[in-house]
Amino acid sequence: MDFALTDEQKMFKEQVIRFATKEIKPRCQEHDLKGEFDFESFRKLGEFGILGLHFPEHLGGSDADVMTCVVAGEALGEAGLDGGLTLAYGAHTFLCADTIFAHGTQAQQEKYIPDLASGEKIGCMGLTEPGAGSDVASISTRAEKRGDRYVLNGSKMFITNGPIADVAVVYAKTDRDQKHAGISAFIVEKGTPGFSAGKPLNKMGVRSSHTSELIFEDCEIPAENLLGQEGAGFLMAMRTVEWDRSTLMAPFVGGMTYVLRRCVRYALERHQFGRPIAEFQAIKHKLAEIKIFIEAARSLVYRIAWCKDQGRPLNHLEAAVAKLFIGDWSLGPANDAVTLHGGYGYCHEYEVERNFRDSRLAPIGGGTSEITKKIISKLI
Amino acid sequence: MNIVVCIKQVPDTETQIKIASDNKSIVTDDIKWVMNPYDEFGVEEALRLKEKFGGEVTVVGLGPKRVTESLRTALAMGADKAVLITDDALEGSDSLAVAKALAAAIKDLEYDLIFTGQRGVDDDMGVAGASLAELLGIPHVALAVKVEVAEDGKSVKVHRPVEGQTLVIESGLPVLITAQKGLNEPRYASLPGIMKAKKKPLDEKSLSDLGLDSAQFGQEGRKVKVLELTPPPERAAGKIVEGETPQEKAAELARLLHEEAKVI
Repeated sequence: MDFALTDEQKMFKEQVIRFATKEIKPRCQEHDLKGEFDFESFRKLGEFGILGLHFPEHLGGSDADVMTCVVAGEALGEAGLDGGLTLAYGAHTFLCADTIFAHGTQAQQEKYIPDLASGEKIGCMGLTEPGAGSDVASISTRAEKRGDRYVLNGSKMFITNGPIADVAVVYAKTDRDQKHAGISAFIVEKGTPGFSAGKPLNKMGVRSSHTSELIFEDCEIPAENLLGQEGAGFLMAMRTVEWDRSTLMAPFVGGMTYVLRRCVRYALERHQFGRPIAEFQAIKHKLAEIKIFIEAARSLVYRIAWCKDQGRPLNHLEAAVAKLFIGDWSLGPANDAVTLHGGYGYCHEYEVERNFRDSRLAPIGGGTSEITKKIISKLI
Repeated sequence: MNIVVCIKQVPDTETQIKIASDNKSIVTDDIKWVMNPYDEFGVEEALRLKEKFGGEVTVVGLGPKRVTESLRTALAMGADKAVLITDDALEGSDSLAVAKALAAAIKDLEYDLIFTGQRGVDDDMGVAGASLAELLGIPHVALAVKVEVAEDGKSVKVHRPVEGQTLVIESGLPVLITAQKGLNEPRYASLPGIMKAKKKPLDEKSLSDLGLDSAQFGQEGRKVKVLELTPPPERAAGKIVEGETPQEKAAELARLLHEEAKVI
């Protein structure tokens, strides 16, 4: 087993960090505090090639393997980008574009992927509903076939990029009598009559990503917008969720590396009782614990990327473990980083409070920790 | 239009530099090495000219094997081929010796333009570019912030800032131009660029490959010697102006500025 990055991956990581530090980082704090999505930075991510990294060149991608995608995501975090922007990227690329790429026809791929890869269009994925979160099979949004159209009715909740998305991958029941086997996936475009998004929710963290409800009221879409076969939606969603629980976590891991760097610098510069606080054992322990979290989290995420590149596309158990570990175990180090900064840590300027707020999403999004544990226990 | 760009590898400007125990050099452990930022402007300008006029961009580096990384970065940005002059005997060479080795490697290449950084951000000598032009017998225009190659590709106008004004210099080709901040915004290497760079040629040359005598290089061959390296003085602690009222504080501040700082 070899997790060493290739020379090319190392160079790319350097370039991503450099690019993100210079072009995007200076804009993050403002967008986080105002709770505004940064369209300009998102387009820049597209121009740089991040949004479509793993798609083939003819669809506007760079043919990257999964490991390179993970390294790029980690680099965005290491550059100190806010969790809102990296979440928007993850939802756009892995939950929306990748689902179209993996299950779409050639025509669907060619129609949607290039604009999603460039950032010209923004994507989202609608699975969760006001009354169906972890219990996916109970979704109530329905799609009824009428001739060469499907008519969608229902609503989705907590949809990342919902209010700003041009393209949505939406899961709906085509057969209400069936549970999992009755779910199908569709592509719905912004502007389709009957399709609307709610107002952005005012969130604790990942504030620069816009999250909202999606509403379908007799929303008619062409039958050709069905992704894959009728009834195949649940398996598609499970595949997507696997990305959500693994590669989407890479920026979180990189973000903790950024936080650790800030903590080390602060601990060396901040003097109390005549010496740097880095010399106090309580501080040393906090720094060590953050590092331990990073190393373990990175190994879990890298391993899944490595498995995917080795030809094992689905790694449900490993992804659930990684997601749970990062979700639950990042809260301690994120809290320690605030504590270590004392009063300054509670102020926006030092960024550790933003990381603290952003981290709180990890045990919720992509499956709560409780459900994730249930999945793990079922798979062992 | 064929263009050569010389690349030096220097410590990242964010690296904390520590002086070694000999007081003449720096501690190189844990240093992150990067392409000299001024050289990067040269690479970018060369690539833009190549995009306009066609031709090839060759990057030439000198130093230990690690310099390969910076050359690969330039190839990933879009340069076509690279030459690395590497030889243990080069360790400790001065700027003139570096220029000699570069000249030996470049003289047989086809070139219309040569770019170097106006100086390396490590030693701040600013000598290698001018020396290289002299050794190659071509004109040298320093501190370019704008480079305009004539449409016929036979001459170039170089803008350089002079005390807030601009001096425009024209030269025939070939010419060596040293790049200054403001010339351009260097591009980032893309993933496809990085993957392509893997297959681009990178030749390594030793001093004997270039027909040079190693005795003229390294510490022994230096015409100028570093006697001592000292860190910048530690900043004196700030002073808090005391006083009961704003008027008292202002008067005390004025007194300090007048009597101690001697600035008013």
